[in-house]
Amino acid sequence: MNAIEIAASVRAGEVSAREVVEGYLATIDAGNGELNALLLVGEQAARAAADEVDAAVAAGNDPGPLAGVPVVLKDNLCQRGVVTTCGSRILEGWRPPYTATVVDAVTRAGGIPLGKANLDEFAMGSSTENSAFGPTRNPHDPTRVPGGSSGGSAACVAAKFAPLALGSDTGGSIRQPAALCGVVGVKPTYGRVSRYGLVAFASSLDQIGPFGASVTDAALLLDVISGHDRRDSTSIPETLTPVSPTLENGVAKLRVGVIDELTNGAGVALEVRAAVLAAAAALEAAGATIESVSLPSTQFGLSAYYMIAPAEASSNLARYDGVRYGLRVEGENLAAMNERTRDAGFGPEVKRRIMLGTYALSAGYYDAYYGRAQRVRTLITRDFNRVYEGCDVLLSPTSPTTAFKLGDRTADPMTMYQSDVCTIPTNLAGHPAMSVPWGTGADSMPVGVQILAPALAEATMFRVARVVEDAAP
Amino acid sequence: MTDENPTAITRAEVEHVAGLARLGLSADEVDRLTHELAGILIHARDMGELDLSGVEPTAHPLPLVNVVRPDEVSPSLDRDEVLAAAPAVQDNQFRVPRILEAP
Repeated sequence: MNAIEIAASVRAGEVSAREVVEGYLATIDAGNGELNALLLVGEQAARAAADEVDAAVAAGNDPGPLAGVPVVLKDNLCQRGVVTTCGSRILEGWRPPYTATVVDAVTRAGGIPLGKANLDEFAMGSSTENSAFGPTRNPHDPTRVPGGSSGGSAACVAAKFAPLALGSDTGGSIRQPAALCGVVGVKPTYGRVSRYGLVAFASSLDQIGPFGASVTDAALLLDVISGHDRRDSTSIPETLTPVSPTLENGVAKLRVGVIDELTNGAGVALEVRAAVLAAAAALEAAGATIESVSLPSTQFGLSAYYMIAPAEASSNLARYDGVRYGLRVEGENLAAMNERTRDAGFGPEVKRRIMLGTYALSAGYYDAYYGRAQRVRTLITRDFNRVYEGCDVLLSPTSPTTAFKLGDRTADPMTMYQSDVCTIPTNLAGHPAMSVPWGTGADSMPVGVQILAPALAEATMFRVARVVEDAAP
Repeated sequence: MTDENPTAITRAEVEHVAGLARLGLSADEVDRLTHELAGILIHARDMGELDLSGVEPTAHPLPLVNVVRPDEVSPSLDRDEVLAAAPAVQDNQFRVPRILEAP
């Protein structure tokens, strides 16, 4: 059953939430040993939450739109009292004293938090190989990566460990693993979803979003977690248009632009390019108009992102100093304790980004690297705004290639960073985008098509996604 | 962007930045990072092709400024719960190594 069907059956009293949870727990028990998609399975808490949902139904109360639906959480989302690792040794054993707003929203809607999903350490990576607790494997082929950094969340939905999952997306960390695992993944508009209780990576880019096996399921979860939250000062203080009510409205007369630079770029596999063009043809057949559009500055997105995100990360991760929580390695004075703790607690990719970001912000290099990157960010936003004057949505690949083998891109950081080339520009602009599966490549691995939209135009983006989903091979 | 040094960053600069970032790196880590950061910085120089004169920097995608909440009393984090997560605590405070030398 998909999430919509589970919620309907539980609300109608046809299936108990407890039965639903037991079914997923059994699937996890059989499969997680191989995939390492979940770092923690909250069996007892999930059973207790399911029993509460069932009691509400028995008493004639409606538990809400996610009634009895298990939801996996990326392990950078806090739940009070539940171990949260961020895939890092530096936080091992930490139990947050607060709960993320999105987790509260899921619970209030009758959803069941099922466990914490593996991720690249502090969400820094594109393959989930940077977790301190071992890599996650792709359910379609365990010799391949699930993408990242929300690889555990994507793999859980693909492996049917849960119908829904939450991830975070700073430069593609929801959409790229969704594409590589053959599921739907959504990066909402910056500010649409509260980030209270999300462990920060790059604060001007991070956004929480849903994974689902279908567009309709992802829409259900997005509508539950969207909305203003005064505990997040970057939360948009406006009434938001939900996406679910208009999902089936079709794409007649919508103007769709295919991004030339990202679709025809040098590193894009032929089969991925073919998928984007086939999705565009399907939208045209459904009544949309298609044109090729150019966003020249997106070619510099990778360079700008790998200055801005590490710069913000170097500041955000200064808090892991061995004083208030997590690991401490003793030293003869405060500085030595800080240095030893951070050297022992952080993995290679996190150290690389802290170093890069600290350098980009340091005296003498600020203007040449960080300042320049912030100006390139302005150009990218301008390019999007110009193109959206003539287009309702845009199309591009999500990932330039299908899922790669474990170890294939770990030798050189730039090779791994190229995995995000199509997803990064959206984060820099703060706009929404999502990945929808479109068949498989020659290696039988899933291909994803990316649909991009202007700020807060998620409802239109989802209408397009529904048509693409129905037309996909 | 006019740096003539083809290695983009020196070992000494990496050691200096590690100090700023409070990372106690091993000699091997310094060697590896010198090489890796140089590759990333050289790639980032493609931004030098762009004419950015008159382009304002973007620090943040939203036009929100000075977000404030109503000045109302609300619960804070529980002190004991917060202190329970700390590596070392004394008298309801976080305990750290000595930061001042004895006189």
